[in-house]
Amino acid sequence: MESTAHSFPENARRALQDDTLQYMLAKSRSGFQLRRAAAAQRLPEFEALRDQGRDLKNHVLEHLDVYLEMFESKVVERGGHVHWCRTAEEAREAILGICQKAGAKTVTKGKSMIAEEIAVNDHLEAHGLIPIETDLGEYIIQLRKEPPSHIIAPAFHVSKEQVADAFRAAHTDLPPDRPLEEPRELITEARLMLRRRFQEADVGITGANFLVAETGSTIIVTNEGNGDLTQTLPKVHVVIASIDKVVPTLEDVSTLLRLLARSATGQEFSAYTTFSTGPRRPGDLDGPEEFHVVLLDNGRSALLGTEFQEVLRCIRCGACMNHCPVYGSVGGHAYGWVYPGPVGAVIDPALIGIKEAGHLPNASTFCGRCEAVCPMRIPLPKMMRHWREKEFEEKLQPATMRQGLGVWGWFARRPGFYHAAARMTARMLRRASGSDGKLGSLPLPMLSGWTEHRDLPAPEGRTFQELWAERRGKK
Amino acid sequence: MTDSRSQILGGIAKSLGRISGDAQRAAARERIAAHARNLIPARAQLDPADQVRLFEQMALEVSATVARVPDLDAVPDAVAGYLAGHNLPAELRAAPDPALDAIPWDRRPTLTVSTGRARDADAVSLTGAFAGIAETGTLMLVSGAERPTTLNFLPDTHIVVLKAEQIVGGYEDAWDRLRAQAGSFEGGMPRTVNMVTGPSRTGDIEQTIQLGAHGPRRLHIVLVEG
Repeated sequence: MESTAHSFPENARRALQDDTLQYMLAKSRSGFQLRRAAAAQRLPEFEALRDQGRDLKNHVLEHLDVYLEMFESKVVERGGHVHWCRTAEEAREAILGICQKAGAKTVTKGKSMIAEEIAVNDHLEAHGLIPIETDLGEYIIQLRKEPPSHIIAPAFHVSKEQVADAFRAAHTDLPPDRPLEEPRELITEARLMLRRRFQEADVGITGANFLVAETGSTIIVTNEGNGDLTQTLPKVHVVIASIDKVVPTLEDVSTLLRLLARSATGQEFSAYTTFSTGPRRPGDLDGPEEFHVVLLDNGRSALLGTEFQEVLRCIRCGACMNHCPVYGSVGGHAYGWVYPGPVGAVIDPALIGIKEAGHLPNASTFCGRCEAVCPMRIPLPKMMRHWREKEFEEKLQPATMRQGLGVWGWFARRPGFYHAAARMTARMLRRASGSDGKLGSLPLPMLSGWTEHRDLPAPEGRTFQELWAERRGKK
Repeated sequence: MTDSRSQILGGIAKSLGRISGDAQRAAARERIAAHARNLIPARAQLDPADQVRLFEQMALEVSATVARVPDLDAVPDAVAGYLAGHNLPAELRAAPDPALDAIPWDRRPTLTVSTGRARDADAVSLTGAFAGIAETGTLMLVSGAERPTTLNFLPDTHIVVLKAEQIVGGYEDAWDRLRAQAGSFEGGMPRTVNMVTGPSRTGDIEQTIQLGAHGPRRLHIVLVEG
C-alpha cells in the first residue's frame, strides 16, 4: 500500500470536514467501547488473563526463532509448505508463484492485514489474476477501491447508502430498481454474489490470527464464515502470516482467544475459530489439496531487542483504536498506511520508517486509554514517546519546533534564568488576558494554532515554584 | 527461499543477542511437551449438569437454537418438527458419520436423508460434533472422511446433534479429549477443527449485527440427554 502518512495533517483536516465520516465515527465508536467493557466485566478473570497473555507473548518473543522452526517442521510433517519471506516483495512473489503453478485465474481472499501490508491484490491483478475479497467489509472497500480504515472493521467509515451505491455500480446484472435500503438486503445480495465466486476460485488466501508451534496449525477467527469457505473450497489454500503470530501450544492459544474477541468486538467468542493443519487427508470429501504458509518478516525481527519489541505482542484486536480520541476524530484513512490508531502509530514507523510516518506518534494526546484497554498490555504511549525521541535525534521535526525546543533546553539547564523567564511570562500573560482569565489569541505564529479554535486559560500571575515556596514558608 | 529462512531465523537470534539457541530450544520443547494449562475461568469449571445448562444458555445468547431430546430415537421427530416450523424442505444432507448411524430416520419416512459433502443446492445439513464447550456455548467440529467441513458452512441451516456427555467446561477440556483420541487423526490433529459459536454474522454494515453473512443463517443444536 502506498503510504500517505507523511501528509497526516492534511489527511486529518480533510477527515474532520468529511460529514459522512464524522457521522460514521460518532455512530459506531461508543458501541465498540460499551461492548468491550461489558464483556471484560462479565469475565472476572479478564485482568488476570491479560497478565498471562502478556507474559506468554513475552516468552514467545524471547524464543521466536525456535517456535517458528517447530511450527515449520509440523506443517511440513502434515504435508504443507512454508515460504519464508523477508520482505513484502518476496511474499508477493511467493504467493504469485503458488497461484501461477496452480494455473489459477480467480483467487478468493479472507480478511488479512498482512495482505494489505504487502499489497498482494495489486500484484496479482498486474499478473492477470482476479483477487476477490470475501469478507463483507473488505468486499465493500474493494468495490470502492480504497484501503481499510480499521483493522477489524475495514468498512468502518462507509455508510449503508454508500454500500448500496457501490453494489448498484458493481452488480449490474441485478435489477436496477431492487430495494437496497436495509442492511439485511445488502447482506443477502453480497452473500449471493460471493457464493458464485467461492465456487469458481482456484486458490483461497487467508490470514492467520495465530500459528500453533505444537501442531503446525494456522488459526483464523471470523464471524461471517467467508474465511472458511475461502480455504475449504479451492484446490489450494495459502495462509499469509507475520512471524510474530506463533504461539507454543493449544492451551496457550486458548488463553489468547479468551482475550481476542472480548477486546475486539465485545463478543464472548467469535462465531468461527478455525484451526487448519495441512492439506486434505486420504478419504476426505473436501478441503484443499495444497496447504501453503507464507511467513513474513518485513522488519519485525529487527524490532526484537529494541525498545519496540513489546509491540510484537499485538494480537490485532483493534481495542486501542476503538478507544483513541484521535482515531475517533479522524478515522483510519488519515493515518495513511495499513495500521491506523495507536498501534499503527508505533508499528507504521517501524515498518515504513520514521521519516515517512513521523506524524503518527505525534498524533496522540497521551491520554493512555490505548494502553488501558490493550489485552496484551502494550505500553503504546511510551513507545510513541520513543519514536518522538528518534525523530528528534534524526533531526526530522520542523526547524521552528527544534529551535523552540533548543531555547527551552537552554533555559531548562539554567534554573535561575528559567525561573526568571517563567515569572516574567506568567505575569505578561496574566496582564494580556481578559477579565475572564482567558487568552483568545497568542502572539507568535507558531503558537497561534493553539488559540485558533479555543482559548488558553491564562496563568494566575505567579509560577508554580513561587506558590510552592510560599506554601512551604507557611508550614 | 532457504536463504530468506536462514536470514530471518539468524536475524531473530542476533536481535535477541544470542549465540546458540540450545537453551531456548530445550525450554520451548519442554513447554510444548507439558502443554500446561494457563488460568481457566471459574465459569469453565462447573459440575456436569451446570455445564450443560451453561452451554445451552451461552448458545442461545449467540442466536443458536437448542432442542433437548431424551435419546437418539427422538432425533428424527425433533429434526422434522424444526424443519416444518421454519418452512424448510424435509431434506437433509448429513455427514456419513457412524456416530449418527443409530438415528432411526425411517421413523419419519417423509424426511429425505442423503450423505456426503455439501453441494450448492443443499439447504439443510446435519452433523455430529466432537464436543460442546460450555464457557461460550461453542461447538467443536472436526474434519475427517466421515465429517466433511463444507457441511458446516455451505447450507443455510446447520443442525448439529450433540450428546450431553460431549459437553465440557472449557476449551482446554476439549483439547484434552482430542489428544486422548489423537490416534484417530493423522499426526494427532484433524485437518480442520471448527469452533462454531452461533450462526454466521457480520457487523460490517454500520456496525449493526446481522445474521447469515456467508455461513449458515441458522444453527440448531439437538441436545441428546441420554
